Amino acid sequence: MKIMLHLVLFFIFAAVCVGGAINLLAQKHPINSALSLIVVMGSLAMIYLLLGAEFVAAIQVIVYAGAVMVLFVFVIMLLNAGVEERTAQGSRVATVLGIPGLIIGLSIGIWAVSRVTGLDKIQIGGPDVMDNTAAFGNPQAVGRLLFRDYLLPFEVTSILILIAIMGAVVLARREE
Amino acid sequence: MVPLSYYLILSGLLFACGVAGFLIKRNIITIFLSIELMLNGVNLTFVAFAAQLKSLDGHIFVFFVMVVAAAEAAVGLAIIIAVFRTRETLNVDRVNLLKL
Repeated sequence: MKIMLHLVLFFIFAAVCVGGAINLLAQKHPINSALSLIVVMGSLAMIYLLLGAEFVAAIQVIVYAGAVMVLFVFVIMLLNAGVEERTAQGSRVATVLGIPGLIIGLSIGIWAVSRVTGLDKIQIGGPDVMDNTAAFGNPQAVGRLLFRDYLLPFEVTSILILIAIMGAVVLARREE
Repeated sequence: MVPLSYYLILSGLLFACGVAGFLIKRNIITIFLSIELMLNGVNLTFVAFAAQLKSLDGHIFVFFVMVVAAAEAAVGLAIIIAVFRTRETLNVDRVNLLKL
């Protein structure tokens, strides 16, 4: 019963994910695309929870769906971006072969991943993850790993963010 | 229990949607959103393999990918604002000259 529930939840959130991603492509206005990307990120956070990645799910919502997407929506509204205009007719080969080629390529890829490699035999994220007896992926475990084994990359990250802040300020500054 | 291949197929679909958006969209902000979609697809692969290998290193990698994505979003949006100031357009087909 619990095993079935896990599969059902995965399919619900996966469907929302793919629907949001396709809606991102279908929408003409950038604000609609940004909002459907927030839907994709939110349901991805739920899928991370199904995999037992609590910390990653939390920062997915806070950093990605929160901070980064607020930045995007802010810039879209600041620049008053309207409906995108279609320019430059694409190549005719791409127009004719694009969708069939994509479907064939994805089908071959899915077949290869699920059959040839034998990855469909491996089952992950079962009730043992949900019961959380192993405490896998909670902030304590991730923090212990982050501040012990990955301390140097973590500190280098702060320099990266400092440079990104200065770059953003310099680039967005109005020239006198 | 969900087969590992389902997670990989889902992340592949998200990545394919990101690539398609990157190629067919003409608005520079939507192209940037497609790049974020691709990064999300890759993150799902990291977390799925971390669950399969019972190792937390994948979660750390996702953490670093998110940090780089946040920095990239800040710098990229600043570049978009600078481009809009000089060109008055967001269409990538109209931003085809290095020199104004």
